Amino acid sequence: MEHSLQLFIILPLLGFIVSLFFSNKNENAIAATVILTVGIQFFGLLFFIFSWVGNGCPILDIKHFTFYKEGNIEIFIDLFFDKITAVFAAVGFLITFLVAIFSRFYLHRDSGYKRFFSTLLLFFFAYSIVIFSGNFETLFIGWEFLGIGSFILIIFYGDRYLPVKNGLKTISIYRLSDVCLMLALWMSHHLWHENITFIQLKDVFLVASHIEEHNYYALFIVVMIIIAASIKSAQFPFSSWLPRAMEGPTTSSAIFYGSLSAHIGVFLLLRTYAYWESILIAKIVIITVGSVSALVATLIASVQSTVKTQIAYSSISQIGIMFVELAMGWHTLVLFHFAGNAFLRTYQLLVSPSVLGYLVHEQFFSYKPKKYDSNISFINKISNSIYVLSLKEWNLDTFQFKFMWSPFKWIGRKLNFLSNKMVLYSLIVIYSIGIYLFLNQDILPKKLDQFLHILFAFIGMLLILKSFSKRTDAIVVWFMLIASQFYILLAISFLNDKYEYMEILIYVSGLLIAACIGFFSLYKLKMIENKIDLNDFYGYNHDHPKYGFWFLISCLAFAGLPFTPTFIGVDLMFSHIDKNEYLLLAIIVISLLFVEISVLRIYARLFLGPNKKQNHQIAYRSS
Amino acid sequence: MTKVSFDEKHVLHELKHYLPSQTPLKDFIHHNSLHAFQSRKFYDAIFKSAKVFGYQVTMPLSDYRKLYETGRIRPEILENCIKNRKPNDDLKIWKTNLVSKVYDDHIDHRIGKLRQQWKENYHIDLDNFVQPFLFRFLCSYLDQGISIWNFPIGNKGFLESIIILEKNIFSSIFKTSRAKELLFKEGVSIEELLRILVGSEAYFEQYLFDQQFSHRGWSGLVAAVEMHPESLLSPKKISLHDLIIFELLLEIDNLDDQLGKHWKPLSEIVTFGPSDLFEEVENSELQEILKIWQDAFEWSYYDEVLAGIKQLSKSKRNKEPIDILPKSFQALFCIDEREDSIRRHLESIDRNSETYGTPGFFSVEFYFQAYGAKFYDKLCPAPVTPKYLIKEYDVADKRKHDLLYTNKTHKLTTGFLSALVFGFWSAFRLVKNLFFPRKGPAISNAFLHMNAEGKLTIENKSINDIENNLQIGFTVEEMATRVASLLNGIALTNNFAPIVYVVAHGSSSANNPHHGAHDCGACSGRPGSVNARVFALMANNSKVRAALHIQGITIPISTQFIGALHDTAADEIEFYDIETLNIENAPLHVNNAQTFENALDLNAKERSRRFASIDTKSNIKKIRKAIKARSVSLFEPRPELGHGTNTLCVVGKRTLTKGIFLDRRAFLNSYDYKTDLDGIFLTGIMKPLGPVCGGINLEYYFSRVDNYKLGAGTKLPHNVMGLFGVANSSDGDLRAGLPWQMIEVHDPMRLMIIVEHFPAVVLKVIQSVPEMYQWFINEWVHLSVINPETDELFYFKEGNFVSYKPMANKIHFFKDVHTLLEDAKEMETNHISHATQENLPIFFYD
Repeated sequence: MEHSLQLFIILPLLGFIVSLFFSNKNENAIAATVILTVGIQFFGLLFFIFSWVGNGCPILDIKHFTFYKEGNIEIFIDLFFDKITAVFAAVGFLITFLVAIFSRFYLHRDSGYKRFFSTLLLFFFAYSIVIFSGNFETLFIGWEFLGIGSFILIIFYGDRYLPVKNGLKTISIYRLSDVCLMLALWMSHHLWHENITFIQLKDVFLVASHIEEHNYYALFIVVMIIIAASIKSAQFPFSSWLPRAMEGPTTSSAIFYGSLSAHIGVFLLLRTYAYWESILIAKIVIITVGSVSALVATLIASVQSTVKTQIAYSSISQIGIMFVELAMGWHTLVLFHFAGNAFLRTYQLLVSPSVLGYLVHEQFFSYKPKKYDSNISFINKISNSIYVLSLKEWNLDTFQFKFMWSPFKWIGRKLNFLSNKMVLYSLIVIYSIGIYLFLNQDILPKKLDQFLHILFAFIGMLLILKSFSKRTDAIVVWFMLIASQFYILLAISFLNDKYEYMEILIYVSGLLIAACIGFFSLYKLKMIENKIDLNDFYGYNHDHPKYGFWFLISCLAFAGLPFTPTFIGVDLMFSHIDKNEYLLLAIIVISLLFVEISVLRIYARLFLGPNKKQNHQIAYRSS
Repeated sequence: MTKVSFDEKHVLHELKHYLPSQTPLKDFIHHNSLHAFQSRKFYDAIFKSAKVFGYQVTMPLSDYRKLYETGRIRPEILENCIKNRKPNDDLKIWKTNLVSKVYDDHIDHRIGKLRQQWKENYHIDLDNFVQPFLFRFLCSYLDQGISIWNFPIGNKGFLESIIILEKNIFSSIFKTSRAKELLFKEGVSIEELLRILVGSEAYFEQYLFDQQFSHRGWSGLVAAVEMHPESLLSPKKISLHDLIIFELLLEIDNLDDQLGKHWKPLSEIVTFGPSDLFEEVENSELQEILKIWQDAFEWSYYDEVLAGIKQLSKSKRNKEPIDILPKSFQALFCIDEREDSIRRHLESIDRNSETYGTPGFFSVEFYFQAYGAKFYDKLCPAPVTPKYLIKEYDVADKRKHDLLYTNKTHKLTTGFLSALVFGFWSAFRLVKNLFFPRKGPAISNAFLHMNAEGKLTIENKSINDIENNLQIGFTVEEMATRVASLLNGIALTNNFAPIVYVVAHGSSSANNPHHGAHDCGACSGRPGSVNARVFALMANNSKVRAALHIQGITIPISTQFIGALHDTAADEIEFYDIETLNIENAPLHVNNAQTFENALDLNAKERSRRFASIDTKSNIKKIRKAIKARSVSLFEPRPELGHGTNTLCVVGKRTLTKGIFLDRRAFLNSYDYKTDLDGIFLTGIMKPLGPVCGGINLEYYFSRVDNYKLGAGTKLPHNVMGLFGVANSSDGDLRAGLPWQMIEVHDPMRLMIIVEHFPAVVLKVIQSVPEMYQWFINEWVHLSVINPETDELFYFKEGNFVSYKPMANKIHFFKDVHTLLEDAKEMETNHISHATQENLPIFFYD
């Protein structure tokens, strides 16, 4: 029975690949591929659940495929099936199935017809991986694809400014959640000295003994998981991205932000429940996050005057309640609540355009003039204050901008000396020295070794931060990013004698290909357009969609998405950082966080937004 | 030279003039998107608007060239158009330029240049800081019923309520103190705030234009609501002035917040002088090229039509007149071009039937109060202000509700319960609607506009029967005047059939905020069912008939009028008051109703050729069912295609076009010159053609050529704002104009009006009303005349009628409409060069 689990991963992937082969005009074939894929998956699942229940609902787990094995480092795919998977799969597959049918005619003749459906399958593939995953590594693969799928759908209408702005906003905060998950993964490597599977977490005794032994580390993991879950489920204080993410076609908003994507945080907490069940403080944090989110989001929802944002915030508040239920251990209720909320919000979003007709008609027959209190009391003042605060979304968006991104932009701007040509050349020299020293490590005193790896990692980080705020030539920025990766690689190599050439090769192979494709696309673009700075959004996708596509692929590969060996490289690299190397860890984390945001920023500025050449229809900035 | 002194009143007036004038979406009134430029000649106007506001106003040059390659623009027409525009130049040079010369077609527009300087000089993206909050705040204030918690002080004017709110709050609307102090300052003016922001007065006007046009959707709505406060059900006192004051305050606030208190006003940092946005635009060769191309594109089609009409008219003249058989029935339809096809099918199924076209409010203008309604619906063309009220009473049916739309599902506890209870139900509902779409309370259903079983207060009981200054019902005399005016206009004054149907139209659709745009334009964007029924009942009234008899119109007692509503999306028809039919007519009606059914089948089939989801070759009943399902399917963004492809307007006898296949592209207004040799009725008929048909046509034109700026863009990401508009995403600008799904089949060309009369009479008629003349002399619509006696064609050019000889000589003939429809090409993509291939050429039919 376990063996059939892999089919639920393979089928969506297969469907995704098949969907890529049709041209955009061939709508019937594209839609058929998607509806068939999702339909078979859904009905297959029903059949599977049926026989699974017949077998007495056993918990299934199977180790599938090992990517890499060296010493106690082993990276493998593990699949898992229990009651939670069953519910999330049934609800998710049904919703995707219905939305796919809905979209078949809804998107008719849209220039992004194929893009929409392929991304839908990519999302479906990612969702399947996440809910069937048996260990953190597998879950993380799905998690990353889910984020990218979201990004592609938010920027679906990338020739307008707002989708691009909001797409970048969302992917940035998603990246933070990815990094938190990475940290959880890293710490659990150190905690368990192996790649732990979820089924092992069910072993109460094993978990209890480990947690007791390494109390702080265990807590660290839980906090990271909670942050990651809160971001994906748009909980307080990370709520403001969700209403802004509703930029794509209504159907994609319905499936992503109304239901499945927004509930993935709930899933993550359910899946790891066994692990934090005995940690009281974790429960307190989750209950606090959940109840604050529920209250704040309800207040914000009640002042919304647009249909979609109202649904978004009310969904957030229900997810907040789910967090509380979860921590209280009422898991059956959570599953019911999840299913009901997901269905309801999907439906409400899908019918959201008809709200205008329906409510105006209602009002036509049942309108009562509103009464306004002319007396101003203290209570009024308080309620007015809460009203305005809620209208400002409790400043959550401003807060994020001010405290999370602005400081790094500021640092980046302060690093102007890095733009100096001499400095750039000297970086090459420094790097060559570094390589030389690395190859002849015996001559180095141990102390210097310690210092050098921090130095190299630090230079790498500075380069990334600089590239994050730099506005001049894109090719220069691209090279800075490449250089930063090599510096970080060097740092890790210095750090650890156990770091194998094989591992370096894995890392570099993906990186180099991505760097070359990216460079080639930019170079070609520069040949045609002359000016490729990052001062504004240029929307070159209108004239050069091919370069846009390849550059996006290279960006994703560069950022280490799970379709290149770099992904394993990053994972391996992380496992070489010891748990008391705080400084190095911080540097690496910041680098990982900003490298993806930075490359996608280049992509967005060059290829997205309103095209600058005003000889065809161009959108207003405010639309 | 620019004006140095700043005149607030004048600038506000100018702004309102140029801003889009679309009112809240519940009433969708089509109008010329560039109405502000209408006092100029068409081409001058559009190129000027392009230069000022950056609109795309024609198709791109490359598209014209593609259309030429595919044969859609005919070479002989192109040459003719060159000769017309450049009579003294070398034809060959122009032709080479048109077809192959490389032009820089980039428009460097004027708007936005000044405000751009904030970013250039201070590196601050002011719009990013101001707009999201401004839109949210504005939307909450204007909100008609989405939010659960309403704007606290919603009964005061916009600015006043902000002041009260700011005074009674523990935090602040603003981030810094200066803006707050300015808000509280007695009588703070736009000028004072501009002095802080901009400095020199010479830049003020330009700055305000830049500012308001950075979100023309919202500003346009505010201006429209200021002008028509009644367009919102829940009244709001807002003005453009208040909006500007608040926006200026927010700008000061954010600049203070970002830059500290010491920043210099804009005029002190810019390096260029103030400029006049509306300064004359220089002529360019490219403009000439585009003019010729657009002419050629339009005339490639018009020429064919005119040729067809001329040939048909000639051939009919040569035929021996057949004995006039008694008519089986007559049917009056709206002039709407969507009714062209059903009329054709009716006439071909029942060859003794006769159809007429007249504006769909059927000459009766009034407000309508549905049973239990708290408001009135205006049921006549938008510019008319009726003095009458028709009330519905004796309605037994209860209105149905849909619980899934209640905003209680968004509250904390009720939301929790809804998720657990409604959640699973909504999944079931979704499955149901996907596989078995049905009508429900959430569908905007044209037949629900009026209850067929209810009664109407048509006849006025006494002149004192007045409600809100409106007279309830019409007096006999008033009824007779209206009935006579309609019948005279369409020349139906004798030879009445036993039953005369008065067929209004409306449109049902699901999930469609723009549903108003599909209803009857002559009824202010609503279904015309009440008008049809009112007109029929008036014409059946014996007192009215007696009055008509005196005026020379004798309607036999055996003739009965029956009102009906045609749903142009679902292709369904509903007849009203059939129980009043007498014993002779009742069986005739049963027969006629079947004729209507069969015609609707054919009509559905004709429409289906443009719908990818329906196979035109399949069984006709199946097609009919599929068409009906479209109108109630949530996932269908094109329940129907609205006025897409409208191009023509024919004023004349039905015989003029009966026999020409016009592919649902022509407004058809019945008129007989013989009954109106002086053109008195013609003046009344032609006066609304500009604003109504021309308005529709130009809105489609501009939404087609610039769907991003003048249209509403694709419907798919639209978010309903405050029940009055749509925007993309959570904090976007309101989108005026038509969505992409409505215009993709449209060929962007101006309306050609063809009148059957003598040129001299028509000239006199159009000159008699200056507003009407403007439409023609400024070339916003084309006008041709066919001389009814000689069949000679004339075209109105620069104030005179000049003779026109059509160039097309081969017009095909089709025998079987089924084959024609089944073999018609379907567009490959919705790019114009493909989309236009769906539009069929002119055919003759028997």
